[in-house]
Amino acid sequence: MREITYREALREGLREEMKRDETVFLLGEDIAEFGGTYKVTQGLLEEFGPARVRNTPISEAAIVGAALGAALLGMRPVAEIMYIDFSTIAIDQIANQIAKVRYMFGGKARASLVIRTQGGAGRSSAAQHAQSLEAWYSHIPGLKVVMPSTPYDVKGLIKSSIRDDNPILFIEHKLLYNEKGPVPEEEYLIPIGKADIKREGKDVTIVATSRMVLRALKAAQALTEDGVEAEVVDPRTLVPLDEETILQSIKKTGRLLIVHEASKRCGFGAEIAALASEKAFYDLDAPIKRVAAANTPVPFAPKMESFVIPDERAIIKGVRELLG
Amino acid sequence: MSLFEEYHPLTGKMFQILKADGTLVSGQKPPISDQEIFALYKKMLFIRLADQRALMLQRQGRFGTYAPIWGQEACQVGSAYALQKGDWVVPAFREIGATLMMGISLKSFYLYWMGNEMGSRAPEGMNVMPVSVPVGTQTLHAVGVAWAAKLRGEKVVALVFFGDGATSKGDFHEAMNFAGVFKTPTVFFCQNNQFAISVPRSLQTASKTIAQKAIAYGCDGIQVDGNDLFAVYLATKEAVEKARSGGGPTLIEGVTYRFGPHTTADDPTKYRTEAEIEPWKPLDPFVRLRFYLGEKGMWDEEIENRLTAEAQKEIDQAVKDAEAVPSPQVEEIFQYVFAEMPHPLKEQLEYLKSTL
Repeated sequence: MREITYREALREGLREEMKRDETVFLLGEDIAEFGGTYKVTQGLLEEFGPARVRNTPISEAAIVGAALGAALLGMRPVAEIMYIDFSTIAIDQIANQIAKVRYMFGGKARASLVIRTQGGAGRSSAAQHAQSLEAWYSHIPGLKVVMPSTPYDVKGLIKSSIRDDNPILFIEHKLLYNEKGPVPEEEYLIPIGKADIKREGKDVTIVATSRMVLRALKAAQALTEDGVEAEVVDPRTLVPLDEETILQSIKKTGRLLIVHEASKRCGFGAEIAALASEKAFYDLDAPIKRVAAANTPVPFAPKMESFVIPDERAIIKGVRELLG
Repeated sequence: MSLFEEYHPLTGKMFQILKADGTLVSGQKPPISDQEIFALYKKMLFIRLADQRALMLQRQGRFGTYAPIWGQEACQVGSAYALQKGDWVVPAFREIGATLMMGISLKSFYLYWMGNEMGSRAPEGMNVMPVSVPVGTQTLHAVGVAWAAKLRGEKVVALVFFGDGATSKGDFHEAMNFAGVFKTPTVFFCQNNQFAISVPRSLQTASKTIAQKAIAYGCDGIQVDGNDLFAVYLATKEAVEKARSGGGPTLIEGVTYRFGPHTTADDPTKYRTEAEIEPWKPLDPFVRLRFYLGEKGMWDEEIENRLTAEAQKEIDQAVKDAEAVPSPQVEEIFQYVFAEMPHPLKEQLEYLKSTL
């Protein structure tokens, strides 16, 4: 199978959906001639024109709010928020409007829109450019949260997200855009709410999200030298969460390690840990463990940044502690 | 008639004193002495060279992503020169000029951009806020600072910098509105450098000028030639004096041009042509000052070379000093999260140390 980057796969997904359905359009800052800060939308202006690839003023709240208005009139907008850190400026629109409009309209409204954004550290972008805020949004009823880790997943999931009739926060990672992986030429979709076992194993379950999936896989490979076979589960979508795949894996291995890049406190790992204690307590042979970023802002200096973000060593250490 | 009446935004007039060819607009005179003009020129040159060095350091991997000032020196030097001790500067992220004008050392400035947050810690008495990356949000902070000063009976003024892009943000409008209602001593300085990353000024707003937005909030507004040091200084001085004496906020639009990239992370050739930049080159704030000072016998190539050599020496030392600062310890990441370190954070720190 051909190999393309996460960025290319994502762009392909957007292009295919724009061709398939003319109600799909893109809006955001610097997404037209400039092709987006991470170049995801490069070339789409030329292909679809300025009416469907719309540069906007720097107004996050207005970008998201306008997307909602358009969705209510039957469009399928894909709004880009350059950094998830800047989504906080639009949080009233996201939390109070978009997520609740269907409910408050008595089920009448269709807020079919995707908010594409990216998060995560690793580029020395400092504390206001490197956060992982997925847990905030997962907490809001009415919003779906998608967080793909591979080129294959990002394409299949952006297509499904655009077709979905619910508002979706689609969280990419700034360090995944250049990652390559197999992506079929022919069309495919990935259902929202379906986890993926990225590596099978019998000794321990590692549930990891976004870029941490790659690190978990490397750690799992290194652990084979100790004779440890780790199973790596990527939820892919946090809301709705595929609980069954996670619970089945715990049943098999009896041990659970959760890895994410967000700060540990109230991170999504807490939700998975709670799920395991509520529904898989008697399958567990050891206490649940979380490996996550420190509860500090993300430091600016590259070395300092690397201290607080989990790496393979931290994951390996976590697994060893679990195995005793 | 006051300056703000004479140049009311709806007159369509842009305030200018020094023309691009170095001659004075008829009926205008320089607002400061020739000695001061020379001193400010020297400062502008230092800032331009320090900014170029910052770009080089970034390209060499010794600096984080950096937003250069190139072209906007007169906006920042002229406006900050109108402040007094105790006043506040609230920057966006392109404010090397205003920051250094407030007395912050180049070493500290460099230290921050080299990735050490300690560089943002302004010494006592130098009131410069840290950079603010989410565009426009800092305008609200400037209103808060000025309002608090007013409530405390202190005659302090807050000067906030932002770009043309920021005027599309709700925060900017909320800040202007609040400042108007509470008559806070805030000077809003918009450096209209024609671009917000790649998006041109024409796509930010359908308003004829940015200055005219002041009208909606019941504030004075004025459009000035942002590449004219004299006009920038005088307009800001009037705004600062008015603010200090209880006359409320002013919106100043400095019309300028960003010669460099938005930051070191982008490539402007992707969204603007060389032909577009060409007409701005003779409008560079340095060009007219050289003509002006040259006429007075205070500038020539030799003087320029001497000033450049002196500045480069000082910049070399600042780089050396900043790079000599020891790397922060891992404890420092945790230390400044709260005033005191809560127990769970201490535990995390200890655990982290055990893994290093």
